[in-house]
Amino acid sequence: MADRSFEVARLPGFRSIALTAFVLLYLPIITLVVYSFNAGQSVAVWEGFSLDWYTTAWENEAVKGATYRSLLIAASASAIATTVATMAALGTTRRKAFKGQTFIYVMINQPLMVPEIVTAVALLIFFASIKVATGYNGLIYLIIAHAAFCIPFAYLPIRARLEGMDLTLETAAADLYASHWQAFRFVTLPLMLPGIIAGAMLAFVISLDDVVITEFVKSGGQDTLPTYMLGQMRRAITPEVNAISTVLLALTVLLLTAFFLLTRKKD
Amino acid sequence: MTTMPIAVEARNAVKAFGQGAVAVKALDDVSVQIRQGEFFTLLGPSGCGKTTLLRLIAGFETPTSGQILLGGEDITHLPPNKRPVNTVFQSYALFPHLTVAQNIGFGLEMQNRPRAEIKETVARMLALVQLEPMASRKTSQLSGGQQQRVALARALAPTPKVLLLDEPLSALDLKLRKEMQIELKRLQMETGITFVFVTHDQEEALTMSDRIAVMSAGHIQQTGSPRDIYTRPANRFVASFIGETNFLTGKSDGRQVVLHNGAAVDLVTKQGAVSLAIRPEQLRLVATGSAGAMPARVASTVYFGTDTHVHLSLSDGSQIVARQQIPATGAMDLKTGDEVGVILPADALQVLED
Repeated sequence: MADRSFEVARLPGFRSIALTAFVLLYLPIITLVVYSFNAGQSVAVWEGFSLDWYTTAWENEAVKGATYRSLLIAASASAIATTVATMAALGTTRRKAFKGQTFIYVMINQPLMVPEIVTAVALLIFFASIKVATGYNGLIYLIIAHAAFCIPFAYLPIRARLEGMDLTLETAAADLYASHWQAFRFVTLPLMLPGIIAGAMLAFVISLDDVVITEFVKSGGQDTLPTYMLGQMRRAITPEVNAISTVLLALTVLLLTAFFLLTRKKD
Repeated sequence: MTTMPIAVEARNAVKAFGQGAVAVKALDDVSVQIRQGEFFTLLGPSGCGKTTLLRLIAGFETPTSGQILLGGEDITHLPPNKRPVNTVFQSYALFPHLTVAQNIGFGLEMQNRPRAEIKETVARMLALVQLEPMASRKTSQLSGGQQQRVALARALAPTPKVLLLDEPLSALDLKLRKEMQIELKRLQMETGITFVFVTHDQEEALTMSDRIAVMSAGHIQQTGSPRDIYTRPANRFVASFIGETNFLTGKSDGRQVVLHNGAAVDLVTKQGAVSLAIRPEQLRLVATGSAGAMPARVASTVYFGTDTHVHLSLSDGSQIVARQQIPATGAMDLKTGDEVGVILPADALQVLED
């Protein structure tokens, strides 16, 4: 079997480069997870196994508050972003190609292209004036900000799903006596649902993970888990941060696995 | 047949796409009457407007001007879901998230028919297209031919007044297509529903239809039975689109046509320049110098199994084709270069209006 066709994987050094890349990717994460189970105070010196830091984090009122805010913001923002993204995806795909289509795509995906720090500063200034004018400082600003940058993440999987869908299907539904609403309810929606769920999960994870925009937009006492952890890092670092990170990691891996299962192509 | 009432009618239907100077008329003043219980075919090359006419009847498009009537009632501006007309799509457009049975029952569900009736109709449809064992399968698990049957059953289930079929067999291989042609004809007979069938395949049209409308460039060129259209094509387009045809031009004095190669045929026509058409199987080949025969030379012969096509050069350089049955009594064994005589039977010559 002297197959001499070109294969990148057979080039000298390929294995070692790949291996180095994987080590760089995963070793820090493995270290992080391992030290979350450390019995001692250090994130660098191993002193034995314990679940103490998980207990500490669980009993910490600040962590509880941050977790609650993180989940509330992620849930609300992903719900808003997914709704908007679903409508945008329907509007841009369930029709013949139109003039300015690319421009619209770019507009919708703006948050992916504008540097996050720019968006953060813009939102900070924009919301600051509203906060002054209204005197209202609630979580709603964070929810709106998160919803805005989550839209493209929700939009892309929904659009991908819709693009693979025959435009004739709704025509066929109408031909078979379905009203516009019925055609949407019984044909379009069930077919795009995996895309919507995938988009919502991706938006949720992206919101949960955000530091930069949250740090700029939040008012006092509105720490989310990531900004709380960032605050902790400025003081003494304890394996409590590792424990919180590990839980976040587990949650993200779970959601992203579900995302890939949903967007995976059938057969 | 002529006594049957009209099921669908297009009156002066015009459909233009685009606007102003770039507007293209896909249909240009088309009027057609399709009778109840008829297998009616819209035949023509791609871009001739046949699918547009079908979409006007289905309600997916609104005519720029003109009317669409169903059972004498004006439905021009009725949306598709309000028309008792169903379509079998070229791509089938089966709902991939539903089972075969749910696909077939979809139209009835949307009409809010009673559960028991839906169940009963779906079972009857499954039997009609011989797909009972597939009822609970997803449509993606079916073969092309089976998907085609589901599409048919789904469109027939609500018992439409007219069934529209948009090139439904074009995605199937030859053997399956032949089977489905017979199947379609059987379904049409059994259900008694008016079928309007769109195709670009002239053989399909000839074998299946009660009547055919041959379309080209947004116009209907000729409407008639397959036999009418084949044996008496109205113009050059129809004659060349349906089957093989030889075209001859000449000058007529009213009673006799003198062809460009000098041969004369007795034929009553209008005076002046005329165009004639004759099918290859109607030409008779005889020995040179026979009475009434025009001289020709064999340019080539092509063997087809059931017959042989003999390509002939006439004295003026033009080419015609003759078809000889195999085995034919008295058929000549012709070789390239042979001199023969060609007889044009006057009753087989068609005078074309150009």
